[in-house]
Amino acid sequence: MKSAKFDHQRMVTLEEAVAALGSADGEARIMGGGQSLGPMMNLRLAQPDLLIDLSRVGGLDGIEVAGDTIRIGARVTHARIEDGAVPGVTGAYMQFVASGISYRSVRNRGTIGGSVAHADPSADWPSALLALGGDVVIAGQDGERRMPLDGFQIGPFATGLGFEEILTGFELPTLGEGAKCGYYKVNRKPGEFADAIGAVVIGSAPRVVCGATEAAPFRVAAAEERLAAGVAEISVADARDMIAAQDPGFDDYDLQIHAVALSRAVGRAFA
Amino acid sequence: MTELTLKINGEDVTADVEPRLSLADFVRDHRRLTGTHLGCEHGVCGACTVLMNGEPVRSCITFAVAADGTEITTIEGFDDDDPMTMLRQAFHENHALQCGYCTPGMLVAARDIVTRLPDADEDRVRLELAGNLCRCTGYVGIVNAILSVIEKRQA
Repeated sequence: MKSAKFDHQRMVTLEEAVAALGSADGEARIMGGGQSLGPMMNLRLAQPDLLIDLSRVGGLDGIEVAGDTIRIGARVTHARIEDGAVPGVTGAYMQFVASGISYRSVRNRGTIGGSVAHADPSADWPSALLALGGDVVIAGQDGERRMPLDGFQIGPFATGLGFEEILTGFELPTLGEGAKCGYYKVNRKPGEFADAIGAVVIGSAPRVVCGATEAAPFRVAAAEERLAAGVAEISVADARDMIAAQDPGFDDYDLQIHAVALSRAVGRAFA
Repeated sequence: MTELTLKINGEDVTADVEPRLSLADFVRDHRRLTGTHLGCEHGVCGACTVLMNGEPVRSCITFAVAADGTEITTIEGFDDDDPMTMLRQAFHENHALQCGYCTPGMLVAARDIVTRLPDADEDRVRLELAGNLCRCTGYVGIVNAILSVIEKRQA
C-alpha cells in the first residue's frame, strides 16, 4: 500500500515547527524516524494532511548526564541506545529494551521520542520509561514545560501533548549501582509489537508496569508494595491477582500473559 | 512536490518528488534500480532494505523526502564491497536463495550482521534475521552462508 497524499515541511527550528502545527490546515503530524507513522500511513490508518519533518532541527539528539538525571533527546534512535549510548544502570536497562524493538533496520531510524509521542500501547518505550519514571520535556508556544511520565499517556495513541506541542526529550533518573531492572515482553516472534509487557525498575522505590494493554500502560500498586517489602519474586498466580485488582478489562488469556510478563520481569530484575 | 538531493550508489541525484513517494518507489520507478524489492510495504518483511549512510533501513517506510542529503546504497551499489562479494559467493554456495525475492534485502541485512557483529553465533544470526522474511529456504542455507562469511572474516 502507498500513503495518501500529504504536504511536507522541513523545519530548521523548533519554534518554526510549533508554529507550523498551529497554522496547519487540517491534521498535522510530527514525524521523527517515521517507523510507526510510516507503516500506518502506508496502511492508510493515518492520513495526515501535513507532515512536519524535524530531521534538520538541532539539539534533539543529545544524551547527557546532569547530576541524578539523564537527558535524552527525542530524536535519539533505538539503535544508538542498543549500542550503549546511554551510560550506567539506566543505560543497561534501556539497552536491553532497545534491542528488542522491531529489527535493526527499523531501530536505525526509529526514535525514542517518536515512540512515546505516538503512544502505541504495544510499543516498548511507553511501558519501559513509565517503569523508569522521570519527565517528558515538551516544547510549545509558551516555551518549554515538563510532564511526569506518570500520567503522560492517557490511552491508546493518546498522550498529554497538546495539539501545538512537540515532545523534545526526556529527563530520566540515573539509577545507582544497586538498582535492579527487569523487562519482559511476550511476543510470538522477536521484534514484533508486544502482546504483553512487564517492566520492573527498583531504584529509590520499586516501579512495576503492566504494558501492552488496550489502553495506557499502568503501574501495579500491589506488586510495588510487595517488592518494597523486600520480596524478590512474584508468582504468576499472585501477579494475576495484582493485575486483576486494577481492573484492566483483560480476558483470561490477556490476564495470564500479562501476569507471566510481570512475574518474569521481576525474575529478570533479581537474576 | 519537494526537491530532493541525495547520493545513490555514489552518484549525485537531484529530483522533484511527491512527499508521499517512498524511498523504495523512488529508487525503483524513478532511478530504475529495481533490485530493491517491495514485499509488505509496512516494514515487516525486509525485502526493501537498503543502506542509508551505511546503515540498513526500510526503504518502504522511509519517504524519499526523508532521504534528502543522505547516501543510499541499493543492492546494485555493492560491486566493490568486500563483505558483499563474500556474501554473494556464500549465498550461491549454500543455496541461500530459491525464488530470490527476499535476497536483496537479505544480503543488505546479512552485510550488517557480518560487519556489526563479527563474533555472532548461529542463535544471534537467526535473531538478527527476524526482520527479513524468506518463504522458500527455511533459512538454513541463509544462516549457513552468513556463518561461513563470519568464519572467513575471522580467519
